[in-house]
Amino acid sequence: MHHAERMRVDAEGKRKYAVIQAEDELASIGIVIGAGWNGTRAFTATSGPGISLMTEFLGLAYFAEIPAVLFDVQRGGPSTGMPTRTQQSDILACAYASHGDTKHILLLPDGPGECFEFGALAFDLADRFQTPVFVMSDLDIGMNDRLCAPLSWDDSRRLDRGKVMDFAALEAGKTFGRYLDVDGDGVCYRTYPGTHPARGAYFTRGTTRDPFARYSEEGDVYVDNMERLLRKFETAKSWVPAPLELDAGREYGVIFYGSSAPAMDEAVELLAARGLQLDTLRVRAFPFAASVREFVERHRLVFVVEQNRDAQLRTLLINEEEIDPARLLPVCHYDGTPITARAIIAGIEARLDLLKVTPLRKRS
Amino acid sequence: MTYLAKPKLHHPDLPRNQLGLTHRDYEGAISTLCAGCGHDSISAAIVQACYEMSLPAHRIAKLSGIGCSSKTPTYFLGLSHGFNSVHGRMPSVLTGAYMANKDLIYIGVSGDGDSASIGLGQFAHSMRRGINMTYIVENNGVYGLTKGQFSATADYGAVSKRGVKNFDEAIDLVTLAIQMGATFVARSFSGDKRQLVPLLKAAIHHQGAAFIDVISPCVTFNNHKGSTKSFDYVREHNAVVNRPDFIPLRDEITVDYPAGAVEAVTLHDGSVLRLAKCDHDYNPRDRVAAINCIQERQQRGEVVTGLLFIDPDAVDLHEEMGNVDTPFNQLDDAALCPGNAALQQLNQSFR
Repeated sequence: MHHAERMRVDAEGKRKYAVIQAEDELASIGIVIGAGWNGTRAFTATSGPGISLMTEFLGLAYFAEIPAVLFDVQRGGPSTGMPTRTQQSDILACAYASHGDTKHILLLPDGPGECFEFGALAFDLADRFQTPVFVMSDLDIGMNDRLCAPLSWDDSRRLDRGKVMDFAALEAGKTFGRYLDVDGDGVCYRTYPGTHPARGAYFTRGTTRDPFARYSEEGDVYVDNMERLLRKFETAKSWVPAPLELDAGREYGVIFYGSSAPAMDEAVELLAARGLQLDTLRVRAFPFAASVREFVERHRLVFVVEQNRDAQLRTLLINEEEIDPARLLPVCHYDGTPITARAIIAGIEARLDLLKVTPLRKRS
Repeated sequence: MTYLAKPKLHHPDLPRNQLGLTHRDYEGAISTLCAGCGHDSISAAIVQACYEMSLPAHRIAKLSGIGCSSKTPTYFLGLSHGFNSVHGRMPSVLTGAYMANKDLIYIGVSGDGDSASIGLGQFAHSMRRGINMTYIVENNGVYGLTKGQFSATADYGAVSKRGVKNFDEAIDLVTLAIQMGATFVARSFSGDKRQLVPLLKAAIHHQGAAFIDVISPCVTFNNHKGSTKSFDYVREHNAVVNRPDFIPLRDEITVDYPAGAVEAVTLHDGSVLRLAKCDHDYNPRDRVAAINCIQERQQRGEVVTGLLFIDPDAVDLHEEMGNVDTPFNQLDDAALCPGNAALQQLNQSFR
């Protein structure tokens, strides 16, 4: 808000932005969805309890295909939990937010630099895929001082508003079906309200409909649409930030994400000095690129370091990539304090100790 | 029946408005509501109001929540974009849409369950915000889609079709809207098109949060003896405080009323809303007096209808915020992105 007051006003001081302090999270996500439907980028910032409140609307945005951006500054859950402490415990709640079969794009920044980069990208992805996009920050990134490289912006970059059919396209008589997969990538064309006097109007709804947005409860029409949504999610894999890998063909690997990055870098160095060399992969988005699964397959065992009790990213990896759970060893730190190299090392070494098998005959 | 488009065929001599359109051009798909439903009369009134005002249908956005009433946007303005959102949350979606493009006309359609029960919070807050919209509640006091349970606007003591008495007090949406700061508040009856159509026109024309509570009897579940939302009950207890006549700026004023019987409200652009006074003491520009009158009449069992409150000088939220004249959804990259030079200055400020 502070920056918008200076940077998003015209020469006369008129605003090119608006902030609405909504009465609750249901209204804030509703306002974001209304704006996204009408062709304006909008976002809401929240934490876990807010995500819980927003889930009905998130299902609508997923199913009716409306762009929305959410910044989730994750804190210690469940319930009010540890509201002033940090965790990465909203991963599953966001990845599958809402009832029915839903999946959402998550971006996993490692600090302020990527929060900026992914923040801008989130709006492009939301428009491109016409769906909610979550930037999964946490309280450690959001409230603690962290170092990052100076922010920069490529002035030649254009905003990606995705597939929007404008007046000229409608006037030219191009076929418009709001949920018609013209390009085979699962992403359909939309129109903004008010574009053309006679063409391009459609009805947006949370109920099932055919490719031309007409209400339908026909089984095959429903299934086609649900399959297309999966196809769209598949397309998104090559648009989200790719994982960052350091792979030297070692026996063990480690997967981590988000604010664990600095502590992980330190832990990897210290473990190497103690004789344990690890290959690393930092996941930066969901849906996962194919390289995540390939990384796991190349290693005998992979540690998954995260800041929650239930190893949520590991669960997501097992569920989405059908990875053998035995190959993924959880290393979880979730006492509310930011993760440290010490905690990671202790966790990994404890896991390794469990793996050590002493032959029976050597026991006295 | 899942979806039926109406045939486009119509009589070649149907009258046309200033845009050269007939009223048929403002219709939607065939209604799937029960025959005789009050909601269909309201849809017809919306069609008539938009046709007579010569509004370009594609510049109207129609939004709704969930319920019988919220199904109706399918049945009018087929050339407009529509949005059937989630239960009780239409106001927030409409708010976001209005922020995105201030140049469209927003019609929100909701019901008593949608706005007074699950969505009371969003209803109240949207009235506070100066959103330029016409918010219509099609009020029948029951949940028609789920077999006629009472909603929060059902009167205390009303009897349901199954013979069950309502023990809860009713929420009066017009009083609440006036209290919350709506700048145009009216109540009407789906069976009184003569009153409803001018009210709709004036509400659409109004630059701010306009709310119309339309009593719209449910012919299937709430039109029996003992109901306080039946056609017969409303006709017998309808206390009309005024009959509006909306005259756009461009139209010559031709209707003559006896002096003293008419109150003329001049709107922001010079259009005139003329109110034929049925109740000479009623002052629609005084919030407190309006609330008092509505509540006193209510105690006597009367249903007050007409234009209940108006602030003709209302200012909408965009103007209040000092936003640019270009709708937000038409701002280009250059207007939206301050660029790298501005970012580098920002970086410096962190050092």
